[in-house]
Amino acid sequence: MATIQVDIVSAEQEIWSGKGTMVFAPGEVGELGIAPGHTPLITRLNPGDVRVVKEDGEEEFIFVSGGILEVQPHHVTVLSDTAVRGHDLDETAALEAKKLAEEALEDAASEMDYAQAQAELASTIAQIRSIEKLRKLKK
Amino acid sequence: MAGAKEIRTQIKSIGSTRKITKAMEMVAASKMRRAQERMQMARPYARRMRNVVAHTASASAEYKHPYLSDREQVTTVGYIVVSSDRGLCGGLNSNLFRKLVVAMSDWNDKGVKMNVCVIGKKASAFFKRYGANVVSEATDIGDTPQLELLVGAIKIMMDDYVEGKIDRLFVVYNDFVNTMTQKPTIEQLIPIIPSEEVETQHHWDYIYEREAQEIIDTLMTRYIESLVYQAVADNNACEQAARMVAMKSATDNAGKLIDELQLVYNKARQAAITQELSEIVGGAAAV
Repeated sequence: MATIQVDIVSAEQEIWSGKGTMVFAPGEVGELGIAPGHTPLITRLNPGDVRVVKEDGEEEFIFVSGGILEVQPHHVTVLSDTAVRGHDLDETAALEAKKLAEEALEDAASEMDYAQAQAELASTIAQIRSIEKLRKLKK
Repeated sequence: MAGAKEIRTQIKSIGSTRKITKAMEMVAASKMRRAQERMQMARPYARRMRNVVAHTASASAEYKHPYLSDREQVTTVGYIVVSSDRGLCGGLNSNLFRKLVVAMSDWNDKGVKMNVCVIGKKASAFFKRYGANVVSEATDIGDTPQLELLVGAIKIMMDDYVEGKIDRLFVVYNDFVNTMTQKPTIEQLIPIIPSEEVETQHHWDYIYEREAQEIIDTLMTRYIESLVYQAVADNNACEQAARMVAMKSATDNAGKLIDELQLVYNKARQAAITQELSEIVGGAAAV
């Protein structure tokens, strides 16, 4: 029986790898069934289960939270996302990262002020001390 | 000669420091093993991604993604700087920053502006002092880096590139060579440098379900993210390795210091005894 090599990987780890006789995946446009010898195809995946029918007829279910499916005649690659992603979600994450950077800069300003104030204080204290010493000497 | 009591307290305090550094060394060693595994695990994704990106780039798609075309005029460059969150890892971060500062002053001489995205607290603190246009930040990555934490920070840089705010994007991180060697590395992310093994024997293209443009956009985003994630995973392994080595030498040094102090202590003790004896003898002779 013809088989097709299936690799399911995410950025953080290799999730599943093996041979199958048929692969089902939740494509963005609709459920896809891929048999060995399929034409090259590339599509985005919706969150859902990727189902691989193995050589012994058993089925393997792998949940993916979206990603990209690449099909070559003898090779299926699922580039799975690590979490559910959406344009809005990405946007929020980006805004957060920006905010963090801005806050850090503000913090820097306040810390700098603090350091400056401390330095000024130290020099003032030193001045006072030397004035006191002078006074003592005069007496 | 310092009093015997003071030396004894000093020995004790160095001894407890040694205990701490020894513990940190062992913790770092076990964390390093896991960090290395994670680093290895992230490799297949990046490799597969690279293949697919190479295919789409060489395929005769009518759409050419902006990440693939080089811009001749460079007015602003972007840096994603990956550092550790915590210190006590030898010269790991400072070596990286030194290399980066050299590169940055080169750009500066050419009149090129820079945007920086910082990952990790050490880079954040460094740029606070050094002063740079920090546009995004991701800190508290922890020992198990997660892609979700990085996505936002990277997206800002990628959007900037598409909008033309930056003309080149680099990632700066420590490359894990082995336990003893961590190599500070600056790598160009965008424009993507085409890999050499692009086969051009026959032209074929994928069937794109949905618009080719949308899919290629997603693909490119994920590809860049995976590269940055790889850099973070590498840097994490480097951090643990560097900490392990730094703590090992700290432990060794503490041991040496204790040996020396012990010698000084013994001498002081003997001197005190000799003095006492001679005083007694002197006293007896006087009587």
